[in-house]
Amino acid sequence: MHELSIASAIVATVERHANGRPVAVVHVRVGKLRQVVPDALEFCFGMVARESVCEGARLELEVVPGVLRCAACSHEWVIEAPPFWCPECAAGDVAAVRGEELEVDSIEIVEQDEKEAACIART
Amino acid sequence: MHRTHVKVLEGVLDANGTIAQANRDDFDRAGVSVVNLMSSPGAGKTTLLEKSLWGLGVRAGVLEGDVRGSLDAERIAALHVPVVQIETGSAFGGECHLDANMVRSALPALELDELDLLVIENVGNLVCPAEFRVGEDTRAMIISVTEGEDKPLKYPLMFRACDVVIVNKIDLLPHLDFDLDKLLYHVEAVHPGVETMLVSARTGEGIGPVRDWLVRVATREAVPA
Repeated sequence: MHELSIASAIVATVERHANGRPVAVVHVRVGKLRQVVPDALEFCFGMVARESVCEGARLELEVVPGVLRCAACSHEWVIEAPPFWCPECAAGDVAAVRGEELEVDSIEIVEQDEKEAACIART
Repeated sequence: MHRTHVKVLEGVLDANGTIAQANRDDFDRAGVSVVNLMSSPGAGKTTLLEKSLWGLGVRAGVLEGDVRGSLDAERIAALHVPVVQIETGSAFGGECHLDANMVRSALPALELDELDLLVIENVGNLVCPAEFRVGEDTRAMIISVTEGEDKPLKYPLMFRACDVVIVNKIDLLPHLDFDLDKLLYHVEAVHPGVETMLVSARTGEGIGPVRDWLVRVATREAVPA
């Protein structure tokens, strides 16, 4: 259940960028080669977001497919399941080009317009 | 009320990575090589360490990660190997892995300058520990033959994250419907070329190559680039 740790790390990352302003949406990119369960991550995010700038925020997950590249023949392919060896030349020296992402891409911050802020200040 | 879109582009685990690098710098300064040892619960991490650290000829220490208790640490301490217990049980009923900060908090309890080799025995779990670097030089995992040949296909990240895969409990093979060739094929399928070792920590069969590997790690001959 490391999704709890990852959700906490997402909230901590967002807090560094939100400057105390409430956040409506958090866009996160998760590679398919990570072992992160999107449903579990969303559940944990809702839990750890409480009493932070992320309270009530929506977590938008973009799942990035796993793309491997063979060092021997330069073939690139999308991997859905093992094996990880090259389907063209069967070499085992392959590296992930995409699919290992686990990053906060962007956040949508709720800003009060000046008039609204002034209104609230008067009441 | 309006919304401002702010680009962040920050790795979620960057903070863990920064602390892992600080650990790594401390290890390098002290000249100690570090193994992150992972497996599912009950695969035989502590028994393997009991059998392999004794009289190794290099100065070894152990960091024991467990959700609760110090049973494993007591077993290692009985070998007169310096050991520090990390209990992860303080948060939400116990973290399922060690992260760089937990390891960092335990380092002051170890005399790193007195060690050549530090083995970090992670919390038993085939999923979560693979996501968190702790500042190690190399990662090893144990899969025992009581767990099923399909585990590499179910937990590919763990098998891909390791530099060495140790297959334990081979003394039980005659009593099990376990296809060792199938397991090794699946290991190769998720991590082509990974080094494998077949051992029985209980009988000591195959422990020699594990000990040799630990010595090579300690003397920095087996540390991947």
